This record gives sequence, C-alpha cells and structure tokens, in this order.
Amino acid sequence: MSRRSRLAWTGAHTRTGIIDAMANVTKRLVVLGAGTAGTMVANRLLKSLPDGWSITVVDKSDTHYYQPGYLFIPFGMLPPSKVTRPTRDVLAKGLDVVAGEIDRVDADANVVYLEGGRELPYDQLVIATGTSPRPDQTPGMDGPELHKSVGEFYTYEGAVALRDALKKFTGGRLVMHITEMPFKCPVAPLEFTFLAEDWLRKNGLRDKTELVFVTPLDGAFTKPVASRALGHLLKEKGISVETDFMIESVDQEAKVIRSYDEREIAYDQLVTVPLNMGADFVARSGLGDELNYVLVDKHTNRSTQYDNIWALGDASNIPTSKAGAVAHFSVEMFEENFLDAIAARPLSRSFDGHANCFVESGHGKALLLDFNYDTEPLTGTFPLAKVGPMSLLKESRINHIGKLAFRQIYWNMLLPGRNIPIPPEMRMAGKIPAEK
Amino acid sequence: MPMTTIAGHEVEVNEEGFLTKPEQWSEDLGAELAKLIGIDMTDEHWNLVRFLRKDYDVQHETATLRRVSTQTGKPVKDLFVLFPAKPAKKMAYVAGLPKPKGCV
Repeated sequence: MSRRSRLAWTGAHTRTGIIDAMANVTKRLVVLGAGTAGTMVANRLLKSLPDGWSITVVDKSDTHYYQPGYLFIPFGMLPPSKVTRPTRDVLAKGLDVVAGEIDRVDADANVVYLEGGRELPYDQLVIATGTSPRPDQTPGMDGPELHKSVGEFYTYEGAVALRDALKKFTGGRLVMHITEMPFKCPVAPLEFTFLAEDWLRKNGLRDKTELVFVTPLDGAFTKPVASRALGHLLKEKGISVETDFMIESVDQEAKVIRSYDEREIAYDQLVTVPLNMGADFVARSGLGDELNYVLVDKHTNRSTQYDNIWALGDASNIPTSKAGAVAHFSVEMFEENFLDAIAARPLSRSFDGHANCFVESGHGKALLLDFNYDTEPLTGTFPLAKVGPMSLLKESRINHIGKLAFRQIYWNMLLPGRNIPIPPEMRMAGKIPAEK
Repeated sequence: MPMTTIAGHEVEVNEEGFLTKPEQWSEDLGAELAKLIGIDMTDEHWNLVRFLRKDYDVQHETATLRRVSTQTGKPVKDLFVLFPAKPAKKMAYVAGLPKPKGCV
C-alpha cells in the first residue's frame, strides 16, 4: 500500500480524519510524549506551523507532573498536590490528543503503532518520551522493600512514599546512591543529600545519623570544577562520599548494597537513583542506543537514521544533562530548525548543549550552575553581566528563591510555549571561567 | 598538554595520564600502557581494547561499561576481573582513548 493510500485508509473514518478533511490538512506531525519537552514543542508549533499541518500528541498519562518538585516532597517542603495538573490543561486547544501506549514506530513506513493496534501515520515525528527509573534492572532493587527502606524520588509515588519512610526514620545510616550515568537531573542526588542534612538537623536526628553519598563517578559531580565546589560542600556538612561504586545488587534483607568490586555499604534507609532508560518502544523500533536513547545529531536533535524523526528532552542521546532546562533550550532552537526543515531550507540553528540548574544546598540557599558541551560551569552572575541577580557556583538565598519561583515559570510560561528572557545559547558575558 | 615518552613513543597526555590524541596509539604502546597499571594483556583483554578502538572510530566517544558489555557480550562482572576496580577507566587508558563520559 502506498503511503498516500495508507493515510486515506487510516484517517477517513476517524474523528481526526473528518477534522483534517475540513481544515485541509495534508501534513501530520506526531509528538510522542506530553512531558516537559513534548508539551512545550506541541504548544509552540501549534502557533508557528504553517497552514495545512495537524499536530497529534500521544501520552499514556492524563496527569502532567512538575518533576523538579519531587525533590521537595520527601521533606514536606511541597505538598504533592502542587506538582500535578491534568494533561489536557497544559496542552493547547487545537492539538489532537491521543491517550495510549506506544507499541513501536515503523520508521520506513512513517507510522506509529499504538498498543491495541491503532495506527498513526506521520510526515514528521518528534519523540519526547523521556527517561524512566528502572529498579527492575538491578538485582534486588525491585524487591518488597522498594518504596520503603529502599526509597527513590524520581516518580510521584516514590517521592510520596519516601516522605512517609522519612517520617518513621529515627537515625542510623541514610545512604544516597546513584546507579549509573546518565540519569535525569544529575544534581538532584546532591540536592537531596544537602536537604536531608538540613532536615535531619531540624528534626534532632543529625547526631544519630551517618549520611553517605555513593556515586559511580570519581567525584561529587561530572564536571570537574563543579565537582570540586560541591565536593567541598559535602565535606563541610560531614557527609562521607564513596566514589567509583558500580552497583551489582541490593540485598534488601541484609540492608546492604554491593558493588562489582565487592565493596559493601550498609544502610538503614537507602535512597537510590535506579538505572535510567529511555522508553522500550525506542529499542523495539531500532532507533536507540543500549539505554534506549534515540540516536540524534547533538546540534540539531535530528535522528541520525531518519531525516523526519527528531528526539527532544531526555529521550535523546545528546551528551549533556538530562534536565528540563536542556529540554527548554533545545526546544526553542528546534522550533526554528523544524520550520526550516519542512520548508526545505538548510537548518539555521545549532544547539550547544546549554544546561543550567539550581542546586539546593540546604538552609534556604542554593547554587546555580550554567554550562554546555564545551564549557565548564562558571562563576559570575546570571542572567545579566555584573547585575545578576543570581550568582553562579556560589550559595545564595536568591538562588534558592529563584528555584522556588521556577514552578510558576514552568506552569505559566514554559509549558504554554512563551519565551522567557534567557537565550538558548550559553553566553559568556558576566561569567568568569573558573580555574581548572 | 604535557608530552611524555612511553617505551620510546613520544605521546601527548592529560593530567591523569590519558592519551589526548587517540591517533598516537598503537598496540605496542597499548601493551606498555597496560604494564604501567599492572595489567598483563591476554587475548581477552585485547578483544575488549580492540572493540573500544573500533567503536571509538564510529562513535567518536569512548564506550561506557554498559556499552562494552552489551556489544561484546561480556558480563560486567568479567570486566571487573580483567581490569580490576575501575574497568571503564583502565580499558580506556590502555586503548589510548579519553576516559568515558557517560557522565554529564
């Protein structure tokens, strides 16, 4: 069957088909995933795509989660109700929203298959299905103590369960553990540790608790300069660090984690970042690497295999942080490139891997990091040279306030696709390269 | 970047001793680098190092431990036996490649 006749065949008798016929739709963009990247890109392109295009968004969940909020839930700093909104409220009217699980993409035929057999033909495809914690990938992690003495805060359920576990915590060994790189929001485990230290102090448990930070890396963070600054903070707060720890298994009965080189770390409460993986359908569709991240060009987010497939946000294999800020910066750049691509123009923008993140350091303070593919996190001020108001790589109260304010910016500006006054490319003005 | 001489080969290395120019590498040099970190190269070691070199040519990035394991079929545990304690770094070091990122 030719592609054109397949389009006619699958579309003619559906609601979408009728709407398409009325609006003279000849081209279809399908967006897989309505998380941070998928929602932003769909809302933005609805305004900027030329006539004749329809946008279909596929997601399995009817709830949109503000994921940066998960970090605060275990400490009672944010009620769980503040991190959710109905998906339909964050997606603009005019988008065709399909609820369903993705079975696979047939990239040669330009069709997405949903579980249950529904077919969604496309002219252009954006994969924004993110990355997910997979405790099932480490022996013993997925046992009966998961979400009890083996906690995590990378899911809504996990963050709420960890809040309940911490309420019962009376002291002992509290171990923050990272399974493997890369994972979503690489500073979050450090932030969790700093906030836990603060929380323990406030609850009179700090003296009775040994705080341990366990990482597969050789330091506190991936970027050497930031690693040094953050490593210093850990030391200052009396937190011990176990580096180069590649976990082999969790023993939930003995309450220890074991590494491949046969080290054992005991815990009373473990807080782990399970292995992160992209969606399984990416592997089934032959589009991903060994962790199911879509193989793309790191400057354009375009599939290295198919010109009409793009991956945005955590779903791609670009070598920068998996974080909302990266999703935001790359979506802005992608929008222009995508409009170029469908008009058969050369792509005008190139993404530099720009990431920035607030790092909660406890006691109502936070640091701010700003970096890209080639530049280490810098000191200085942000977003304006000398004026700031935020300072980079240094603890300050205003950075913490900035982090809290971000939730409103997320719901009201980023998701609806409004521009915020931070350019997608990293700028050097006001920044001082740190000594290596 | 500092220059150093390893078994008669003039090479450029970074502060951790990793080669900064993968093209300056040869199997001779690899054997010398292995000696420096106390590894006696067997066929099993060479298979992994050769995989790393080949993969780098295509990916322009050093394979992570997971990638080495899935692509070569060698269990991670075995990699820890062949290159004790820090297999990802040690394999990259012997192969004359940058230390694997996987880390951002």
